Amino acid sequence: MIHKDQSLGPLPNEGLSPEERDLFSNARPTLYEPYPLEVVEKFVNWVRANSLWMLGFGTGCGAIELNPLMTSRFDVYRLGFQPRPTPRQSSVFMIGGYSSVKTLKRIVRSYEQMQGPKFVVALGICPVNGGMYWDSYNTINKIDLYIPVDLYITGCMPRPEVLLAGVLELKKKIKEGRADGANRYVENFDWYKANQKRIIKDWNMPDYNW
Amino acid sequence: MAYWATKIGYFSICLLVVTVYGLLLAATIARTMAKVQGRIGIPYWQPFLDIIKNLGKRTAISHGVMFFLGPVFRIAGGIGTLAFVPVLYGSEMFGNFTFAGDLLLAVYFVFFGQLGMALGAGESGHPYSAIGVARGLGQMTAFEVPFALAIISIVIQYDTLSIGQITAAQQGGFEHWTLFTNPLATVAAMIAFLGMTGYSPFDVVLAPNEIPIGPPTEFHSSYLALMATNQAIFAAAKLVLFMDLFFGGATNLIELVIKTWAIYMVAVVVGAAFPRFRVDQSIRFFLKVPTLIGIASVFFVQTLLVH
Repeated sequence: MIHKDQSLGPLPNEGLSPEERDLFSNARPTLYEPYPLEVVEKFVNWVRANSLWMLGFGTGCGAIELNPLMTSRFDVYRLGFQPRPTPRQSSVFMIGGYSSVKTLKRIVRSYEQMQGPKFVVALGICPVNGGMYWDSYNTINKIDLYIPVDLYITGCMPRPEVLLAGVLELKKKIKEGRADGANRYVENFDWYKANQKRIIKDWNMPDYNW
Repeated sequence: MAYWATKIGYFSICLLVVTVYGLLLAATIARTMAKVQGRIGIPYWQPFLDIIKNLGKRTAISHGVMFFLGPVFRIAGGIGTLAFVPVLYGSEMFGNFTFAGDLLLAVYFVFFGQLGMALGAGESGHPYSAIGVARGLGQMTAFEVPFALAIISIVIQYDTLSIGQITAAQQGGFEHWTLFTNPLATVAAMIAFLGMTGYSPFDVVLAPNEIPIGPPTEFHSSYLALMATNQAIFAAAKLVLFMDLFFGGATNLIELVIKTWAIYMVAVVVGAAFPRFRVDQSIRFFLKVPTLIGIASVFFVQTLLVH
């Protein structure tokens, strides 16, 4: 199905030089359609919830609380949750705390390179409202303005127990089919892009990193 | 015609059994390692869920024709290895397409998948893929030497190129196994096997945390599902090949499970005990002692067993 935004035409990719433009795709992202049969979609959603591959983005101090999850005390592997080193193969994007202006660009790139369905989990209070960095000159306050967040696990910093509870909550949302942040990103693509470009001044990448 | 239909039908059953066994084996090993670390570990069905999840991805991008063909070559290598190796000795259903010269073809197929993968990973354009491919092919060239010498040695010993006949010659008690009749070849081949499985100390190809998983860095969704399926088939096929050549083969499924599990545990135990080699270290390692053992085994059979 062609999304309504396709009528807006291909992406301009103005951040790239003319000779670079041929090297990158200028297609817009499309909406993710569920399977026609509801029972298939429910089954696949159950599988997705039980096979969560995480891309840990250790932007801030919250990432230190991710490591105990893999150890014997918390053992998140038994929930079907495991780290994965490349965005291409991951389905959960963990924003590990505050995000500076420089890292926002990498966050956007990594998020767009992930294949749908993809879910974003933001750790700590900083991605919610900036936390202790709310008036910092180089830290963004609300990550949801730039990429769609499916789940916040707040706290400064969230303990591993809270992260485990967050993983269970994310699984519940995926099973119910409510974790549709990727579709929100597509529907409000221009709004998200405008927000990103307001912050990222040296935009030297395509408008959508396929 | 009916003969080939039966053959292909039997091979499909064998392929299904081997795939399920390979995936369960991977989960069992992961759970064993988790128990060593004091964890519960992944559920037994986790590899199946991962494959279904990857097939159920809603988007997939391609970097070109070779990128698409890489996983296809890989799974062709896995299925090809399995197709010409008799899984159960004397069984019609699990006999597969064994013929007089199947050893050469099976050994070729063991390396075919990696070459195809190198082309596919190369087209993905990711620098880590290129590094992983360079390391993988370098290491592969090195461990092929002791492996090829071991194969030459047992071919001289049994005077045949048929895996079925080599297995047949080892029946009638464990003292007839190649492990005991030609221990040098077995040792050389098992060291090469450590390199083939990609466990530590020879895991520099995938090298998690260093070059994020190497050649498959860019592969995702159904490409990755295909590669994960192949990993199970290929691991099981290699184990069956080694079991047939060196450990007397198997006459029933229970014997197969016990023997292949024990062979796999060699790689797992070595992997748990030793840290990672750099690629130059691993190439030097394979070309020194294991190669000498392989040459010694060829001399051994040529001088002592044949004459």
